[in-house]
Amino acid sequence: MKNRYLIISLVTLIIFSFALSACAPADPEPPVVEDVEEVEEVADPAECENYVLVPKNLGNPYFDTGNVGAQEAAGELGITVLYQGSATADASEQITLLNSLIAQQVCGLAISANDEDALVPTGQAAMEAGIAVVTWDSAIAPAGRDLHINQAELEGIGRVQIEMASRLAGPDGGEIAILSATSTAPNQNAWIEVMEQVLTEPEYANLELVEIVYGDDDDTKSYNEAQALFTKYPDLKVIIAPTTVGIAASARAVTDADLIGQVFVTGLGTPNQMREYVKNGSAPEFALWNPADLAYLSVYAMHALATGEIQASAGETFTAGRLGEYTVEDDPDLGLNVLLGAPFVYDADNIDDFDW
Amino acid sequence: MTTQISRRTTPRINVWDLLARFREVGIIVFILLLGAVVTLRAPSFLTVNNFRDILMNISILAIVALGQTIVILTKGIDLSVSSMIGLVAMMVGFVMRQYPETPIFLIVLLGMALGTIAGSFNSIIITFGKVPPIIATLGTLSVYRGLVFFYSGGTWVNSFELPQSIKMLSKGRLFGVPNLILIALFISIIVYLFLKFTRTGRNIYAVGSNVEAAEYAGIRPQRIIFLVYLISGLLSGIGAVLWVSRFESAQTNTALGFELQTVTAAVIGGVSISGGVGTVTGVVLGAILLGIIQNALTLVRISPFWQLAAQGLLILIAVVLDKVIYTRVARN
Amino acid sequence: MTVETINKNQQENIISDRQARKSFFSIFLKWEWLLFVLILLVIFINTRLSPFFLNAINLSRTSSDFMEIGLMMLPMVLIIVTGNIDLSVASNMGMSASLMGLMHNMGINIWLAALAGLTLGTLGGVLNGYLVAYVKLPSLVVTLGTFAFFRGIAFGFLGDQAARNYPSQFTFIGQGRVFDTLIPFSVVLFIALALIFGLVLHRTIIGRQLYAIGNNEPAAKYSGVPVEKIKFILFIVSGFISALAGLVLAARFGSTRPDNGTGLELAVITAAVLGGLDINGGKGSMYGATLALVLIGLLRFGMGLLNIQSQVQSMVIGLLLIVSILVPHIGQQIRFLKQVKFRWQSILMTVGLLVVFTAFFIFFFWSRAPIIAQF
Repeated sequence: MKNRYLIISLVTLIIFSFALSACAPADPEPPVVEDVEEVEEVADPAECENYVLVPKNLGNPYFDTGNVGAQEAAGELGITVLYQGSATADASEQITLLNSLIAQQVCGLAISANDEDALVPTGQAAMEAGIAVVTWDSAIAPAGRDLHINQAELEGIGRVQIEMASRLAGPDGGEIAILSATSTAPNQNAWIEVMEQVLTEPEYANLELVEIVYGDDDDTKSYNEAQALFTKYPDLKVIIAPTTVGIAASARAVTDADLIGQVFVTGLGTPNQMREYVKNGSAPEFALWNPADLAYLSVYAMHALATGEIQASAGETFTAGRLGEYTVEDDPDLGLNVLLGAPFVYDADNIDDFDW
Repeated sequence: MTTQISRRTTPRINVWDLLARFREVGIIVFILLLGAVVTLRAPSFLTVNNFRDILMNISILAIVALGQTIVILTKGIDLSVSSMIGLVAMMVGFVMRQYPETPIFLIVLLGMALGTIAGSFNSIIITFGKVPPIIATLGTLSVYRGLVFFYSGGTWVNSFELPQSIKMLSKGRLFGVPNLILIALFISIIVYLFLKFTRTGRNIYAVGSNVEAAEYAGIRPQRIIFLVYLISGLLSGIGAVLWVSRFESAQTNTALGFELQTVTAAVIGGVSISGGVGTVTGVVLGAILLGIIQNALTLVRISPFWQLAAQGLLILIAVVLDKVIYTRVARN
Repeated sequence: MTVETINKNQQENIISDRQARKSFFSIFLKWEWLLFVLILLVIFINTRLSPFFLNAINLSRTSSDFMEIGLMMLPMVLIIVTGNIDLSVASNMGMSASLMGLMHNMGINIWLAALAGLTLGTLGGVLNGYLVAYVKLPSLVVTLGTFAFFRGIAFGFLGDQAARNYPSQFTFIGQGRVFDTLIPFSVVLFIALALIFGLVLHRTIIGRQLYAIGNNEPAAKYSGVPVEKIKFILFIVSGFISALAGLVLAARFGSTRPDNGTGLELAVITAAVLGGLDINGGKGSMYGATLALVLIGLLRFGMGLLNIQSQVQSMVIGLLLIVSILVPHIGQQIRFLKQVKFRWQSILMTVGLLVVFTAFFIFFFWSRAPIIAQF
């Protein structure tokens, strides 16, 4: 009886020691860091065709739109860009996924990070394996990637949302609240910090930020949090939701509570999700960059890195198809990054020009 | 149940006895205490609007939790409710987007049918396959969620793509009360009548309390167990249509994690996880208590970071209190 | 005769059959062997399908992804053997790691902070254990409550902050490899602990008592097994190991956020059950659970290499879970069917179900088609 288990354990052990050790000599990958330079040279432009665009999670229209732009860039460059992500926006799932992509020795990864710190070791492992690592939408800390493709300046995104809130609150100002994604989301937290700074300027002295709540990028929770905000603050004028899930849920909560005209919603959203609320007046204006352009630029940057056109140092320039020329910039907080442009403001006049 | 018990109550009234027998009384006392404390700190708690919001928020939970309750009564558990809601919501959303003119009652029927079919798959695995319920539904939890994704290819159904008819299903009002609340009330009453006055309903309790005894009494336990997962699927299907109606969208992650909330509502409502014990009123009150806890924690401005901890703690307290009362009575 | 009684007779028959002829082949019918064969099959298929599968660095890297699940699985196996369950493991792990992160952020020595994390995790286990063993609440209910409670405390500790910049001595626990080989430190830790837990379960009196509790708790109690004490200790151990897994995760990430490890409890239970553990207690082995963990890891990694979408991967694991319990019953079902007289009701029902399922799938693809055509 007991011997049987012993046999099982032994055979398993043998198989695994075989898998782990016997394969090592045949392994084409250089195991140490010093060889990174050589590997990048080995990555011949002609051979390098496999790239991957990694969203925070699959099944999210914002990222799916990004994929459209990525495929456009892929067509122009004659490369393949695979769209592969985890089922939920969770760091450990994303790391498991990235490990299987690194194992396939792809040429480049464009990642929207679920956790800026937790992905650093994985990003480093990818770079050690000679893979070009860029981040888009949400960055990995500078040590864990080559470049970040920045959708818009932190300052710009924060400021545009306060400007819109100020316009919506009217000349007298009033109470405003922020409904964010998860309390751990790196980009939202950075924007909120900027917004709090902008609010201290004398121009916005009549806006009072009463509370920051978290809807966890979950439709139901965001809706309930927005609802609780009206109950708590009867004089609330504006809800700023710097997340695509939160803004749609808040606008719906305002519509359902018959508060259109009293409470306005603004923030960052996608045209298709927000179309109805722009037209009914619950969310007259909101901002966003074009995720398709963002992913388009990311693919070009990733390709430029993998083919050695740029080496990831400040001041280099590369051309990104229809978007024109971009320069790699160095920022004390963001590290090396490429800036897409300023956020675009959508309102009732222009929203029907967009379908994504 | 209530009439039976009141007939049996001895003239000497004991507080513990009362609390245990009318478990609902305990929850109501807890709700009132919580309400009083919250109103002191946040007067806006005690407004009609706020109560309407709370009831709207727990309506779907109550409906699905009733299905969960029926399953738990037979010593089972249905962890797949959240994925069934996700799947049915997505399919219903797709149909509505493609054929906006479909009459709303057909959509509700479709949701019920799809939910029942999903539930029947659980039934088959559990009764014919002899797979323990917790494992079978843990498996279908990921299978159905995977189907949602496969079905939709990752896309969502957005608010502007849905016709007004489905939105009004939950948001229309009758005498100032939103339909959603009325639907939840209606379903609760039906389930109440079903469990109390039909032979099948009583058989569900019998199977949960003692399978062998039920068998000797001529009940076929397998049939009952087959039925309960069907009912859970049916109520999840209704929940899914209401979900699309209320949240005006169908997303790949719709209702993710909802299964644990339904179990929590049932457990707080006094349903025994070891089967045979639990009432509809208890579960509905349990759902209301959950809704009030969530609402109150935000209103009294407990830091959002500590809210989840407070919620968990309150659930633990409710469960432990219940047990303490029960043992007191047993000692008496 | 009702379904139930026939089944019971059937089961008795099977048991007596098994005792009667313990042939050479019956050994291979053991679930552990089936898992083993499955593992070989997965290795073989994946090696054929992807040139990157049998690669030492890749396997080493991917193996450490599953070690937190593996660690939490060890006490979970013992708990499930007694017929209980612990849903709070992943939340406990987040709570302990968050306390450690908070203390690290306050400038306290990392090892001191880690010790505090381990202590808190153990205390969490004490709470679970006390409520289950002495207040006599069902473990499912208790750990459902602490599942929310512990995760909430994790958010309370760190809120929107992250703890980062752990010293490299600490991150070695999660990222380091032993003696310049490719074997990750966390794997060694797991194997060592798995040996200890396996020995306790299969070679000690305590192990036998665990099975006794799982098979028949009142009987075990009458025969002098300290049921309460054992349950209490089990949950404490589970709390401690969860905290340890939290440290390993924090070290692997090089950082901590309060939502780390959300949802892992279901992965842990899936691995344990796939390993042949009976969720009602009394059956299963540590070998089976460990093999199931290896199988899930290889399957996930292999599917990842083939770029199969994550949701589909979860679906495969979910189906495997159901099938793993269905298959051992199939023989029993067939024999059972032979005894049943075919009545028109049962035939009607079977046909009805088939029609319904066919209709469902036709509808499934029909309603999906116009939308998918747009892509």
